[in-house]
Amino acid sequence: MLREALGGRRIGITGATGFLGTALAERLLRAVPECEVALLVRPGRRGPADRVRREILRNDCFDRLRAELGSEFQATMDRRVRVMAGDVGEDGLGLDEAGRELLAGCTTVVHSAATVSFDSPLDRAVEINLLGPSRVAATLNDLHSRSGAKDKPHLVAVSTAYVAGSRRGLVPEAVLPETPWATEVAWRPEVAAARRARSDADAASREPAALARFAKRARAELGAAGTPLLAARSEKLREEWVDTRLVEVGKARAQGLGWPDAYAYTKSLGERALLDTRADLPLTIVRPSIIEAAMEEPHPGWIRGFRMADPVIIGYARGLLREFPGIPEGIIDVIPVDMVVATILAVAARGPLADGTPDVFHSASGSRNPLRYRQLVDLVEEWFTEHPLADSRDQPISVPEWSFPGRHRVQRQLARATSALGTAEKALQALPLRGKQADLSARLEERREEAERALSYVELYGAYTETEAVFALDRLIGLWGTLPAADQSDFSFDPAAIDWPHFCHDVYLPSVVAHARVRLAPTAPGAKKRSGKGATGLSREERGRKAVLAPERHLAVFDLENTLIASNVVDSYSWLATRHLDDADRARFVARTLREAPRLLALDRADRGDFLRYFYRRYDGAPVDRLRADGWELFSDMVLTKSFPAGIRRVRQHRALGHKTLLITGALDVVIDPLRPLFDHVVCAELGQKGGRYDGELLESPPTGEARAILMADYAKANGLDLEQSVAYADSASDLPMLEAVGHPVAVNPETKLAAIARKRGWHVEHWPKSPGASRPPLPLGPRLSSAKGWIAGSNPR
Amino acid sequence: MPRPGFVLEVDRSTPPILTWHGEGFRLERLPPERSRVIYAPEPVAALDDPDQAIQDALLAPLGDSPPLPDLLRAGMRLTIAFDDISLPLPPMQRPDNRQRVIEAVLEMAASAGVDDVVLICALALHRRMTEAELRHAIGDRVYDSFAPHGLLLQHDAEDPDGLVHLGQTDKGEDVEINKRAAESDLIVYVNINLVAMDGGHKSVATGLASYRSLRHHHNVKTMRHSRSFMDQHNSELHTSNWRMGRLIAASGVKVFQIETTLNNDAFPKPMAFLQKREWEWSGRDRAAYIATTKGLGRTPPKLARSIFQSIKAPHAMTGVFAGEVEAVHAATTDAVYAQQLVSVEGQTDVAVFGLPHICPYNVNSIMNPILVMCMGLGYLFNLYRGKPIVRQGGVAILSHPTPWAFHPVHHPSYIDFFEEVLSETTDPIEIEKTYEERFATDEWYRHLYRTSHAYHGVHPFYMWYWGAHALEHLGDVIIVGGEPAAVRRLGFSPASTLTDALEMASDTVGRHPTISHFHCPPIMLADVS
Repeated sequence: MLREALGGRRIGITGATGFLGTALAERLLRAVPECEVALLVRPGRRGPADRVRREILRNDCFDRLRAELGSEFQATMDRRVRVMAGDVGEDGLGLDEAGRELLAGCTTVVHSAATVSFDSPLDRAVEINLLGPSRVAATLNDLHSRSGAKDKPHLVAVSTAYVAGSRRGLVPEAVLPETPWATEVAWRPEVAAARRARSDADAASREPAALARFAKRARAELGAAGTPLLAARSEKLREEWVDTRLVEVGKARAQGLGWPDAYAYTKSLGERALLDTRADLPLTIVRPSIIEAAMEEPHPGWIRGFRMADPVIIGYARGLLREFPGIPEGIIDVIPVDMVVATILAVAARGPLADGTPDVFHSASGSRNPLRYRQLVDLVEEWFTEHPLADSRDQPISVPEWSFPGRHRVQRQLARATSALGTAEKALQALPLRGKQADLSARLEERREEAERALSYVELYGAYTETEAVFALDRLIGLWGTLPAADQSDFSFDPAAIDWPHFCHDVYLPSVVAHARVRLAPTAPGAKKRSGKGATGLSREERGRKAVLAPERHLAVFDLENTLIASNVVDSYSWLATRHLDDADRARFVARTLREAPRLLALDRADRGDFLRYFYRRYDGAPVDRLRADGWELFSDMVLTKSFPAGIRRVRQHRALGHKTLLITGALDVVIDPLRPLFDHVVCAELGQKGGRYDGELLESPPTGEARAILMADYAKANGLDLEQSVAYADSASDLPMLEAVGHPVAVNPETKLAAIARKRGWHVEHWPKSPGASRPPLPLGPRLSSAKGWIAGSNPR
Repeated sequence: MPRPGFVLEVDRSTPPILTWHGEGFRLERLPPERSRVIYAPEPVAALDDPDQAIQDALLAPLGDSPPLPDLLRAGMRLTIAFDDISLPLPPMQRPDNRQRVIEAVLEMAASAGVDDVVLICALALHRRMTEAELRHAIGDRVYDSFAPHGLLLQHDAEDPDGLVHLGQTDKGEDVEINKRAAESDLIVYVNINLVAMDGGHKSVATGLASYRSLRHHHNVKTMRHSRSFMDQHNSELHTSNWRMGRLIAASGVKVFQIETTLNNDAFPKPMAFLQKREWEWSGRDRAAYIATTKGLGRTPPKLARSIFQSIKAPHAMTGVFAGEVEAVHAATTDAVYAQQLVSVEGQTDVAVFGLPHICPYNVNSIMNPILVMCMGLGYLFNLYRGKPIVRQGGVAILSHPTPWAFHPVHHPSYIDFFEEVLSETTDPIEIEKTYEERFATDEWYRHLYRTSHAYHGVHPFYMWYWGAHALEHLGDVIIVGGEPAAVRRLGFSPASTLTDALEMASDTVGRHPTISHFHCPPIMLADVS
């Protein structure tokens, strides 16, 4: 009956790129061969048709249909799937004429577009969840009045069971105003307030103090990365701040009115708005509870994206989340996605109520086949005890004993852990760490982020584990009873059919683990053998190195300090300046330099270019010839002594492969000259001179930050080299513009910030040590000479 | 009267034997009844008045050479070449032999009115010496009068304008040497002949030569046919150098050779126990040994290295010979033999070599794994005349910490040789064939050799060739106490103790091998019958 009712129709779907929408479209296309689906999709960057192909048809949801249709798949999809570019966040849905025509031809429209995230910014949730259904209804009414067709289309609006708010007792399947729990809130002022909240937060974010705060944070994250990158980052931080602010506003408003979060609150008002504005449009509301993995259709365990409970379960299996609040005897109302889909199809097939009043169905399990929180916890614990996840050393992680603590205790614990991790991370970031230690700090950051995520889950979802509302299913079961036996077996939506232990152990948890891309311990049944090497037989490191040293690369660009040598401009200055000093002057020099060190360090962190300008003034009056001669001694005594032999070998490997090699450094030419034969081209700092002495002024602005990226791009362009095919080596976040500009960035002995960035972006990282064979004096001072006087202030014979 | 060297047969009453282990030493018990220890002769007497001896030698030269003053005249071009940092070992306390001899030569040149004098450090393909090292070798007075005027040079085997090709020997060997030296009216070459390999025609033909010239005798074939290179009459290395030296003389280049010999007094007073026989250690020696080893146990390796590198030997001059190259060298060799020869009867299955902290190529530096190989299988193994102390197919056990560590300034091409070449093969022939040219002509190594203080790019290859004879001769090589990864990279087996090493050696030489412990330093030459 269901197939006959829907066959030959065109069914419109909004939100088809979502979890429920994808399942719905697939089920229609597979189970109702004669129908057509019209999908309303936001155009995105590549246009709506491309999104449908990539995000919907290529999803593993369609694997079964693809297998069934074989070579016919593409042609069938082309014929039966129609695409409308549009957006439920816009009035008139942003449809063009073709889209309007398509939509006008739909006899049933399922509105499942929503922002389901519980922590959406309030205004976004209002636009989509609150106003979206009304916009769909208004557009359908409008299209109908123009077409003059006999019947108006049937709108099936997907809502949520939690629109009733945080209450106890049985929630009936009825429109909100008819329930005893109706919260009398006028929705129009709420919309206006949400929009105002956005402009208020935006204005607040543009206050000078706030802008300064974002700039400071951007600098703390990236260091001296140059103006464009810092500006982009601080603008991003501002936008994030505004969003966060609106999330807070939404949560506060929702909770103030008795809903657990902005999602339930906006969905609830959305139902009201729809009722107010639908005029006589035939309407049925379907309210699912927590939608989870599929029982059977299209295949057991199918899931799209990381669903609500999944991160919590993974957090628990990792041992990260030792406790999650909840009432042991409370009901966790979970419903498999294919049951929701079947409910919607049955509703669509039956059509609206004849009298034109809106109809409401729950799609939930709690009142018919309850899953108690204690049972769920036991099932999860059993499964992970048998299939533990692996830690970084491939040891199984044992899952913690659940103690059903109160929500507030868990929040406190997690908040404490988060702040401790945050403090440790900050302390590490403040230290001038490099290489492996910096990696530690990056790992710590990951741990903190995980803990933070866990904390946000507890805050977000805690209410749902403590909910004591039970959703009535009388109408749903009534509908079920009207189905012929064939439909009942093909389109099962009676929650009594769910076998919870089977669902958890065989369907749901394996799917969650597979989606979370976590590893099971090698001893666990079903775990894949892990060799640490990929399909190529090479480790990740070896693969990275191979990619970098591929013959087809064009250019290799190197930073000098801490990338090729463990030294800096202050060291070389000290060496050159003390080269001709006697012991007393040396002692004074050392004392003065040590006194200045903190200020120099701070200046260097703030802006590398300013630091170099300031610092190089010290060379004022230095004799050019002597420094040039001393530069060669410095080369052996310090530059090579502190070099990373593996780095120098890497430069030579690139050259041997025919790649161009380029050194970009803020060091002075007298220091760099001996290194020139190593590279095809060198860009370094040069000082002006007068009468055989340096004047301490840079001839050109120093090659730091974004200037490096520009110099590199210029060189590549002049030599016909492709930056996508180029490699850049650097150690610090201030080199980000350069690293980001090439196809193959390499972080060498990265300092903390770059280590974190490289880890996140999957960049190749090299740890190049100094050669242990060199003797290194504790201070970078020139070796004592028997004669001569220095040129630094006080001893300079000018 | 110093006692000659001798061979101790180990029995149950023999105390544990001091075995060098880099910057440190161990006391090792050897299996009784089948082990022997080869001890160096005690230091021979020093010259009473070295400066007078130098005067005498310069005025009454050997061979058909006139006295030095007769060779000097105003307006002539004089070049004084001298041995570099690789000699002697450890570096000697001031004044160095070179300083004494050069000062004497300069005085004679001054009184003859010679004013075109240049000093050249005969580096061959070694690293350039630092100012401090030069000052130590030739003295401050000489340094300060020459260096500031650019008259103290270091031979540059890669200077295209500083070399001259003198021709080919009858075996087709190119002879290309330092241009300033070749175009001088007289070269005075000042040697320190620490071992029998040094001096003779090798001084000019190797010390002042280019890579193009050196490759004719610094190769696997020559080294495998030098048995040993400490014995010039059975050394292909020397035969080749002699051919070249004669061609240099025939080209009209006049060389006045001055060779000096030293006794083997290698360690200053507090470390005197290092050259005593263990059963003769006094209470003071025992205390010094315990204090030193305990102290070293707590010293970081870097500090220990700089302590050992600062040792200056109380070497004393025992002879000085001047005049025509071959006549001088014959006399020198006799003097070296007089100090170093030890009669040893027959070969054993196993030889144990304790490697000290220093070899010719890591003065003021670190003994990297390649130098460990060269020191053990190149130098110590070849300190023989007649036959090696270990039989064909026998086992050499070296004792050295062998850290995977290199001096980035002195040995840059060694690092790459270790990473890129030895990771592929350890076979000298294969290495020579496949890799030598690339390293030898590499621009970056050339740059570092010429402007910094790096050994030439090809130098690690020569180190490997130096051991080629031993590699061919031996059945196995085991390193005791070495860093396993580095030892394996060398192609050898790591062992943690001498007992373990002997156990491992039994695979090659059976359960009850005979063993020689070569108690060097002090340096000696085993005369194996």
